[in-house]
This record gives sequence, C-alpha cells and structure tokens, in this order.
Amino acid sequence: MRVAVCVKQIPDPASPYDLDPDTHFVVRPADQVMDDTDRYGVEMGLQVAEQTEGTVTLISMGPSGNLQGIRQALAMGADKAVLVDDASLRGSDSLATAAVLAAAIKREGFDLVIAGTESTDGYAGILPQQLAELLDVPALTFAKKVVVEGDLVKIERQTQSGYDEVEAPAPALVSVTAGVVEPRYPTFKGIMQAKSKPVDTVTAADLGVAPTTQQKIVDIRPAPERASGEIIEDDGNAHLKIVELLEQAKVI
Amino acid sequence: MPNTWVFVEETEEGPATVGLEILTKARDLGGELSAVYLGAASDENFAALGAHGASKVFHIAPTDALPAAAVAAALVDLAAQHSPDLILFGLTYTDRDVAGRLSARMGKTILSNATDIWVDGETLKVTNEIFGGTTLVDSVFEGDGPYLIIVRPKSFVAEPSGDGAPSIETVTLPEVGHAGSAVVTGSHAETLEGPKLEEAAIVVAAGRGIGTEEGFGVITELATKLGAATGATRAIVDAGWVPYSKQVGQTGKTVKPDVYIAAGLSGAMQHLVGMKDSKVIIAVNKDEEAPIFGVSDLGIVGDLHKVLPKLIEALDNR
Repeated sequence: MRVAVCVKQIPDPASPYDLDPDTHFVVRPADQVMDDTDRYGVEMGLQVAEQTEGTVTLISMGPSGNLQGIRQALAMGADKAVLVDDASLRGSDSLATAAVLAAAIKREGFDLVIAGTESTDGYAGILPQQLAELLDVPALTFAKKVVVEGDLVKIERQTQSGYDEVEAPAPALVSVTAGVVEPRYPTFKGIMQAKSKPVDTVTAADLGVAPTTQQKIVDIRPAPERASGEIIEDDGNAHLKIVELLEQAKVI
Repeated sequence: MPNTWVFVEETEEGPATVGLEILTKARDLGGELSAVYLGAASDENFAALGAHGASKVFHIAPTDALPAAAVAAALVDLAAQHSPDLILFGLTYTDRDVAGRLSARMGKTILSNATDIWVDGETLKVTNEIFGGTTLVDSVFEGDGPYLIIVRPKSFVAEPSGDGAPSIETVTLPEVGHAGSAVVTGSHAETLEGPKLEEAAIVVAAGRGIGTEEGFGVITELATKLGAATGATRAIVDAGWVPYSKQVGQTGKTVKPDVYIAAGLSGAMQHLVGMKDSKVIIAVNKDEEAPIFGVSDLGIVGDLHKVLPKLIEALDNR
C-alpha cells in the first residue's frame, strides 16, 4: 500500500510557546520537533508498509525551519517527505490546511492516509475528517488498533463507553490515537539515512490550491486565575488535612 | 436573531448531555432553535430535546455505517433548504466526525474547543482556552455562514426551559458511495464499576507517579471508599495501565466534580484543561514544582503511596 502519513513540526512543547502580538500566531523557531502524537501515525504507517511491501510518504505543512521534525520521522523509516512551506499559508485554519494536505496527498497518490486525532499545539481535532471528505474516502477515526487485510482496513474505534470494530475498503483514512502502537526509536543507521532521503518542498501554487482562512483571532487575554491554596509537606499526617477538606466539602 | 441548529447524538441515557448543554446555551442567542438528532425515534428523547429549547427536531435514524459521511451530505441539503446561521456540535467522537466532514463539504471553517459563544454588538464571538486554560482566545468568523462551532462538554449547564414537544422532520440519509463505506461490525462496552467519570461528585485521578500498573490499585481502593470515579492522565493511558475511558484532559473527558483528588500527576496543560474547573482540587505529588499545585486548594508534597493508604485507613476509622 502507498501510505501517506500526516505529520506536523511544532515548537518543542517542553518550552513555553510565544505568541506573535500582532498576528496571534504561535512563533515557530527554526528548531521544531515532530509532534509527539505523530510518532504513532508514522509507526502505524511503517507497519502497514512493511506488511504490504508498500511505501510511506510524509505529508506536512508549515515553516520548514531546519527540518529537524521531518528528519525525525524519516529516521524512523519513512521513505520521503512532501512539505508545503508557503508564507501565504501562515495562520491557516484547519479547513485551509486540509485543502493543502489533500492536494499534496492526491498528487503523490495513496491507498491509505494516516493522521493523528489532533495536534498537540492547535488541537482543533477535525482535520482528519475534513481531509477524508476532501479526498472522498471513508474516515476510520479514533483508532486504537489498526489491521490491514488485503484491501480491507479494520480498526478498533474508541467510543465513550468502550470501542467499536469498524472496517472500510481502501482507499481510506485512519486517524490514530496515541498508544495505537509503540513507536520505534530511530536507529543510528536510520538517522544517517534520513539525511539523504528526499524532502520535496513545495508551495500552495505548486499544488494548484489557494485556500482562504475564514476565522480570525480578535483577542487574547488571561483567564481568571484560580487562587492557589495551601501547600504543605507531608509530615506523616497530611492525610488528616485531606479528611478535613473532604468534610468541609460535605462529600463524606 | 440567528437560526441555530444543535447536533445531538443519542447515548445510552438518551440525548447526549453535551447536546442538552449546548441547546441550553443556544437559547440565550435568541432566534429559532432546532436539534439535529441522530438516534432512535422515541417520544421521550424528542421531548427531552424540546424541553431544552428545540422547537424543531430534524431526526436521523442511525444505520450500521459510521454516520458522518452520509449525515454531512444530508445536512448540506437540509441547510440549503432552511438556511441555518449556526450549527453547533459537542466535542465528542461522532460530533467531530460529522462536523469535520460537513465543514469540508460546505467549504466552511469550524471553530473548535469553544468554551463560550457570545454576541458582542453585532458580532458573534467564540472563546476557547489555550495553554491549559490559563489563556482565553476570542475568535470571529470571516465571510458568510453557516458558522460551525464545536463546544467542549461541561462548558454550560443543561437546564430545561419547560418548552413542550418539538415538531419532528424525518431526514433520509443519501447514498454517498465509497466515502460512506465504513461499517460498524461489532461493539464493546467496558464494564465500569462505580459512578460515571463525567458525573461523579468525587474523582480520584492518577498519573505516572503511581509508578506501575499495579500502583493504580490504591487509587481504585480510595475511589471505592469515597464512592468516587477513577480518572487518569494521558501518560498512563498511553502506557496501557488503565483504559482510555478513564482519561481526563484535552483528548479525554472533561470533569467538574465537587472534589478532584490528583495523585502523582504533574498537571500537564493537556490534563489541566479537563479538570481545572473542579470545585475543590487536592493534589499529592512528590515534586513541589509540579504545575498541579498552582490550581490546587490543598497541595501535599509527598509520596502518594504513603499518604493515600493512611487516608484510606482514616476514612475506615470514621
């Protein structure tokens, strides 16, 4: 199968994000990492490709920076990457992003598209579904397990109370939850190979799309702060303070 | 005065609570209010939608297919006939599927993770929270509607308006070909003991600090003692220690119990957003720098494996 995996480079979540005061966009440094949730999609894609003697192409949109995040995914074993880096796409909403990714995926050709359920930095959580609609394929969403049997893609789909077994014929899109598979760590060989793997950097015009963004941030303000309470060291009797508070709250 | 639609999915307990919450909020916006209801036809469920303010229900009966592709196609046709200004969804699995496909099919953007919807002069504004709820962002739509919004559960309180039964219009799902070919072949419910996580008055939640999968035992024991539900961070769900249905946070459930006991969890942004509005927060963590202490009413710097067993014993002796 030709597997397209959507990945995103994001600022390292371990350090605080900066917002541009004029545009309200997240400031994106040259050093960006692969979104941790995408490691699961990449791993899933690699496993499907290994099983079906297929290929894995990474599809991404955003400022290239030094490509560190993309190279991380290539080092895991993906064959190549297509990165749409275009200043005119800055601040794109999820639908505009989906339109760009759909165009890139169509140009590459695909049997299976894999995406995380939401990104760590933006987390609108609807891009996979928008992408499936634009590609006119079924969306197997919130997968906690994925199995490919011939042309049939079977998943276990997370539900409020447990999970459903869901299946659809390829071509299809699967959105995977973190934990769907255990992502592999890049090997030294993988890291060396990643340096020479093809990264095709394109613009929206190259893909023949010019999506418009239909939403705008008008204000950013601090949330009302929750007063922080008492903090104590456990001296062996701290549990009594909990009992006291539970009594005050009238829950015991 | 907007013509507002609220998408509501049926759950085991009737119309989804988040749907009723959004209907309640939508009454404030004035104008016409309808529910798009995906579920089995039942007078009781229709009445519940009416009682929360829907004067009309567009009823869609579920099939064994994943509904999003066909429902989105049906809603495009329906919207062309009725011209809704706003279409509101809850942040749930099926709602996200329908909203996403509808957005792409209509070519209309979505504002997601909304915690408030309000009118400022003539402008509709949508608020969402970022950075673990420490920062509020107000956004507006540009261009023509319908405007699609996904609302976080528990952003509003569901309250009946006392309105009567709604009028019902049955919607037939169109054939959408390959895009609609995902079918559900089996369904599995995890057996849950104790109260439901979203509804429990007390939640006892744990993170990596429990150390091992077995470490969750003391959490369960305390929860049983208190009649509480157990919750978990994404880290220990991903590790496979507890089922996903217990996950609290951005990608899990949103809870607002009377008391939230956070044991061995640091309070990552993605967790805080799901629990920071609890009435009383009690945290036990070895690391005094843990962000969870910033939102706690009572923070105990200590080892949960020492504090919680003593707490259980103290509760036993009451």
